[in-house]
Amino acid sequence: MSMRLLRLFGGRNATAPVARERLQILLSHERGLLGQSDLLVTLREEILAVVSKHVALDPDKVLVKLERGKTVSTLEVDIEVPNNFDKSKAIAERRMAG
Amino acid sequence: MAKVLVVTSGKGGVGKTTSTAALGAALAQSGQSVVVVDFDVGLRNLDLVMGAERRVVFDLINVVQGVAKLPQALIRDKRLENLWLLPASQTRDKDALTDEGVGRVIGELRSRFDWILCDSPAGIERGATLAMRYADEAVIVTNPEVSSVRDSDRIIGMLDSKTVRAERGERVEKHVLITRYDPARAARGEMLNIDDILEILATPLLGIIPESQDVLKASNVGTPVTLNDADSAPARAYVDASRRLMGEQVAMVVPVERRGFMNRLLGRRAA
Repeated sequence: MSMRLLRLFGGRNATAPVARERLQILLSHERGLLGQSDLLVTLREEILAVVSKHVALDPDKVLVKLERGKTVSTLEVDIEVPNNFDKSKAIAERRMAG
Repeated sequence: MAKVLVVTSGKGGVGKTTSTAALGAALAQSGQSVVVVDFDVGLRNLDLVMGAERRVVFDLINVVQGVAKLPQALIRDKRLENLWLLPASQTRDKDALTDEGVGRVIGELRSRFDWILCDSPAGIERGATLAMRYADEAVIVTNPEVSSVRDSDRIIGMLDSKTVRAERGERVEKHVLITRYDPARAARGEMLNIDDILEILATPLLGIIPESQDVLKASNVGTPVTLNDADSAPARAYVDASRRLMGEQVAMVVPVERRGFMNRLLGRRAA
């Protein structure tokens, strides 16, 4: 009874549920990443490196998900690229720079 | 003129990451451009305390190894536009950091920021020595407790011998930051008092951060304590400490909790 009453009063400012949710999201991602062989980690890094050569990556618009299965695992890389991105211009610029 | 400041301690769990986030945010709040750099490779946590854990794409090791360029790895804080984070890698081992690589990254950061705050890992191994290697100044985070003071003393010795400045015959400017201080317990003689700690360590005091629930609340929601509740006792103590870092003279007081109406009511009932 008293616990419930305390929760009722404290509920509005309680930060523990926020902490719990943040950790659940983060750890579900990291457990996958850490448990994997280096291959998926390397793939993730190299894919992101190649993409970032051509487009400026916005950290909020990049989603990397790893899922482990018994026989196969999946690496999902979801990158939002702005529509006004001009590929020929970027290549020309790189030629100039190179 | 950019300043590289390492936040270090030797002992774990004394508040290095909390202090890095809080001091970094406090400096940024006063208009300085600041980057906080996580050196705890394999066990990063500064991203979590800063609330940027879901925005990490590249990290310090990627930059050191040339996989990513520095601007690609820097994450801008969502609340303060002149506060940035350079996260540590969670997946690589700490040997991936090299002295030259770290030196190059620090050099690049110097040209972009007023303050570079390096959050050191615990211990005295490679990660900790590289975090302090290029420092101009050091904040030694110390709890009023014997093992923490002993480890701080050890770290002070390393700052005086293993840094680039020390090897050049120059000094790293050192400051002690006492955290988790409980004035009531110190008054009852149950806790080492400030003067004892400073006398043993023979290093000037940067600030005294009182033990407070607000620190846990801030890390729960991923906000530096100075941003989460600017009026809280630890926030005021960190802001004072940041002003001292900028060279201001600020009287040394231990901020106390300002108790609200409900707390006073409950406090009185308990007493």
